[in-house]
Amino acid sequence: MAALTPTAPVQDPRIGGRGGEPPVRDGGGNGGGGNGYADYHHRLRRARLAIVILMVAIVMLFVAFTSAYVFRKGLPTFDDQTHSYVRDWIPVNLPIQLLLVNTIVLLLSSVTIEMARRQIIRQVALAGVGRIPGVSVTGGRSFPWLGATVVLGATFLVGQWMAWRELADRGFYMATNPSSSFVYLLTAAHAVHLCGGLVAMLYAAGTSLLRKPLEARCIVLDVTAWYWHFMAFLWVYVFALLVVMR
Amino acid sequence: MGLALLAIIWVITLVSTYFFAAKTWWLPHGASASAPWIDGQFALTYALMGVVFLAAQLSLGYLVWKYRDRPGAKPVEYSHGNTRLEIIWTALTAVLFIGLNLMGGRVWAAERFAPAQPNAVPVEVTAMQFAWYFRYPGADGKYGPTSPKLVDPSSGNEAAIGLEPSDPASKDDVVTGTMYLPVNRQVDLTLKAEDVIHSFFVPSFRFKQDAVPGLAIKMHFTPTEIGEYELACAELCGLGHYKMHGVVHVVSQEDFDKWLAAREAEKQ
Amino acid sequence: MVAQEAHGSSGHGAPQGFIRKYVFSLDHKVIGLQYYFLALTAVFVGMFLSLLMRIHLIWPTAVLPLVGDIKPETYLSLLTMHGTIMVFFVLTTAPQSGFGNYFLPIQIGAPDMAFPVLNMLSFWTTFVAFIVIIAAFFVTGGAPLHGWTGYAPLSALKNSGPGEQLGADLWITSIAIFCLASLMGALNFITTILDLRAKGMTLMRMPLTCWAWFVTAILGLLAFGVLLSAGILLLLDRNLGTSFYIPLVVVNGQVMGHKGGSPLLWQHLFWFFGHPEVYIAILPGMGVASQLLSTFSRKPIFGYKAMVYAIMSIGILGFVVWGHHMFMSGMSPYSAFAFSIMTMCIGVPSAIKTFNWLGTIYKGRVRFQTPMLYAIGFVSLFVSGGLSGPFLAQPVLDIPLHDTYFVVGHFHLIMGVAAIFGMFAGTYYWFPKMFGRMMNETWGRVHFFITLAGTYAIFMPMHYLGMAGQTRRYSQFTEVAYQTKLIPLQTFITFAAIITISAQVIFVINLFWSMFKGPKASDNPWEATTLEWTTATPPPHDNFGGVTPVVNHGPYEYSVPGAPKDYVMQTDPVTVTTH
Repeated sequence: MAALTPTAPVQDPRIGGRGGEPPVRDGGGNGGGGNGYADYHHRLRRARLAIVILMVAIVMLFVAFTSAYVFRKGLPTFDDQTHSYVRDWIPVNLPIQLLLVNTIVLLLSSVTIEMARRQIIRQVALAGVGRIPGVSVTGGRSFPWLGATVVLGATFLVGQWMAWRELADRGFYMATNPSSSFVYLLTAAHAVHLCGGLVAMLYAAGTSLLRKPLEARCIVLDVTAWYWHFMAFLWVYVFALLVVMR
Repeated sequence: MGLALLAIIWVITLVSTYFFAAKTWWLPHGASASAPWIDGQFALTYALMGVVFLAAQLSLGYLVWKYRDRPGAKPVEYSHGNTRLEIIWTALTAVLFIGLNLMGGRVWAAERFAPAQPNAVPVEVTAMQFAWYFRYPGADGKYGPTSPKLVDPSSGNEAAIGLEPSDPASKDDVVTGTMYLPVNRQVDLTLKAEDVIHSFFVPSFRFKQDAVPGLAIKMHFTPTEIGEYELACAELCGLGHYKMHGVVHVVSQEDFDKWLAAREAEKQ
Repeated sequence: MVAQEAHGSSGHGAPQGFIRKYVFSLDHKVIGLQYYFLALTAVFVGMFLSLLMRIHLIWPTAVLPLVGDIKPETYLSLLTMHGTIMVFFVLTTAPQSGFGNYFLPIQIGAPDMAFPVLNMLSFWTTFVAFIVIIAAFFVTGGAPLHGWTGYAPLSALKNSGPGEQLGADLWITSIAIFCLASLMGALNFITTILDLRAKGMTLMRMPLTCWAWFVTAILGLLAFGVLLSAGILLLLDRNLGTSFYIPLVVVNGQVMGHKGGSPLLWQHLFWFFGHPEVYIAILPGMGVASQLLSTFSRKPIFGYKAMVYAIMSIGILGFVVWGHHMFMSGMSPYSAFAFSIMTMCIGVPSAIKTFNWLGTIYKGRVRFQTPMLYAIGFVSLFVSGGLSGPFLAQPVLDIPLHDTYFVVGHFHLIMGVAAIFGMFAGTYYWFPKMFGRMMNETWGRVHFFITLAGTYAIFMPMHYLGMAGQTRRYSQFTEVAYQTKLIPLQTFITFAAIITISAQVIFVINLFWSMFKGPKASDNPWEATTLEWTTATPPPHDNFGGVTPVVNHGPYEYSVPGAPKDYVMQTDPVTVTTH
């Protein structure tokens, strides 16, 4: 990989390009060859595209759960005794304060992972500068933002577990009534996806230990951060749904 | 090969069409008030789709034969399409399909948007694995309460649907395994299911409706001809689905009253 | 053309060793073939099940060798597994994950899919799903009997029938695993199409096969999450006592501990997935048909842009018509009317595609090699299967026809035959590129004519049976008097099925024999224009041998006036004016 050439602007390779244009350094799509810096930007964009597509799939899962929730909540069932339709929805007594604390923990973890993400993006940008002969970039102390996020994420999960115990203490189990079924279902589905995010973060931390190239580590952490923000947003949505549409 | 393709496509098309046109196997004779309307809409859809079927298949066969590659065939006309033609046939198709649907919509609305008439005969149908039970509410016009705990299919009739015998409204309820209906009177049907989804299907009445547990679905139809009509379950309900059938007897009003009175007398 | 070193999107070089080359390969071509052969296995399992079904229907008391006697519940298990295996492991696997994996990257000029590791994982996840569903046959109670549609409460209660214990749980689990595999695949396809197209390969220059794979992947992305959620709720109802789908019910005198749930909720969730699923099954076949009709008529596809818009409309509309499976379900008659209008609308783009296929043949010069025979067969079958749609789309006509053999005939002609013809067409067409040899033309023709006539003989009469009131999912026709009169026609269908299923052996022999002994193929035996025909045969690991293709033309430039040959490949230099 040659040194950074200041006169060559980083070209954003457009998708596909147009027929008849003179060939550019970069193939319109496959990101192979050419300037390594542009290659990184392309790979970052591709990874972000993939994460967005993943988020769409997860959104559809929760759209389905939400529709089931709304449908079931408003559903009358036929009662043979009275020969009429009755509704049997009894709202769950949620441990709101505990859940609010969990929410704050999760939102805080979103902040910490964002700091981690920006930190590594800055490192990648500075690494480019560091290739200029005569310029050196000192490492400097940096806060373990990623580690903090892992701790906060784990704390959230512990808090959710405590919330489930609290619900059980109040007599609400999975099959107690439809409302409690949905509370467990929605929070558990979110928690499972959050665990996926935790695994991704541990992998991101692992890439640093394994001394993978900085750009590769940046891409992993960047998309993990996007995913993690999505998990926070999803939790806020689930919580709001359970509270507002009790 | 072009000729072989034309031949096989044309033969398949013409043979299929023959059996459709000859009505060798056809909708059974319609014996309800809605049958003429439904059959009319069916015939219209049939005729239109039949024309499209013939046109599309016959031209497919013809085109592959006419434009087969052979020495002396005309050079290909290089073209990416014809936008005007696209617009025309898209519009025509849309008009045909949507128009057909709106016409059928009127019949559907008449059947399903309005409740039963006040003087309709009330009958409640309860479906269960693998039998049909029919309940007539008796003189008080009210169905007695039923309870799941009282359901005992092995005892049949009242016990099968879990009727509470002590309640006054239940005393005059008649529960049978065969359905009798008076001719030319609307039936105010309530459909229930005990365990899984079943479906009440009488082909001659052009009537079908799923019986869903947890719901009591109200429907109506009017039988117009005296006779005996078979009822077949039309929603997979388990291993006995194929033999979950019954018979609907449509009789005169007097015969119906006599039959109902006889059933009520049996209960004493 | 720019000669560059193409690294491959993940920078992986050619693999060494048997395991890395053929088992856990990251090469989309190997993965495509793995999917294809999984689907081939599944289709023979599925056909065998349907053969047993057809035999039982006509001879209900027969005792068959190996299988023994088939009880009513066994028939229903065969039916359930036939439908599930065919819909998921054949129709959702071969056209999209099989051919799509192999040829999408090549047709857009990419060295591989966007995420090769994910691709490998998605195949093996699909494989695990297949093992799980086959396992359902062998557990206590056997395979479930609730139909591929799995309506609750029949599928949600463990005592609703034999096979509804562990067998049903395995069925749901297999489908859930399949959902995950499909979502992985969809992600890969969409990213690849959006991000890995070669220079000059604009979206509007992609072959229609790629458009079909693209829209199919989007449908899968949006639909499979909903199926997964439906399956999760079903597992909870079955095993943890929840009441999502089950109201207060009494099964054989026993009051079950559920209340308040809705069987209709399952239907809504299932069909919200189920309807896009049938478009997932047919769109790739439509793409292949378009490709082949153009290639073998030596003429550009009639109305390329309209075809693209039609594919997109079918995709979008496919999400708002699911209620047409529920007209008789107890759903509101008002929503029935709304669904019905949307369903008629979706017939319009399908009609456009049919007109355009005919327009492509018109004034062309048609060559009749086996791939083209199947493409022509596809059009005929699609017309036949499609035209029974407007009957079913009208709720008032659905009343006599719902849950009868009319529906069975309708969906088999489209999914069970037209889509399969799309797969046959793709196989005969791409076989030379995949294996470097030609399949036998003579036996290909024999297979085609028998299969075309045979499948029409099986499924066209089902429309007559349905109109006469023959209900579906009946294990025998001996109990209802008016149905016993229909047994002769059912017997005809069974004999047609026996002959047609037997004829598929011809295809399998042709396939495997030709892989080893077929005449060697040139790089472009069909004189086609798309990028896969520019590569070596079979293509090297990175598809283009280190050279990144540059695209200068659209995908269907046949018989261009002034061109030296009657086809202009997409990568040919710009010396003739194409549109």
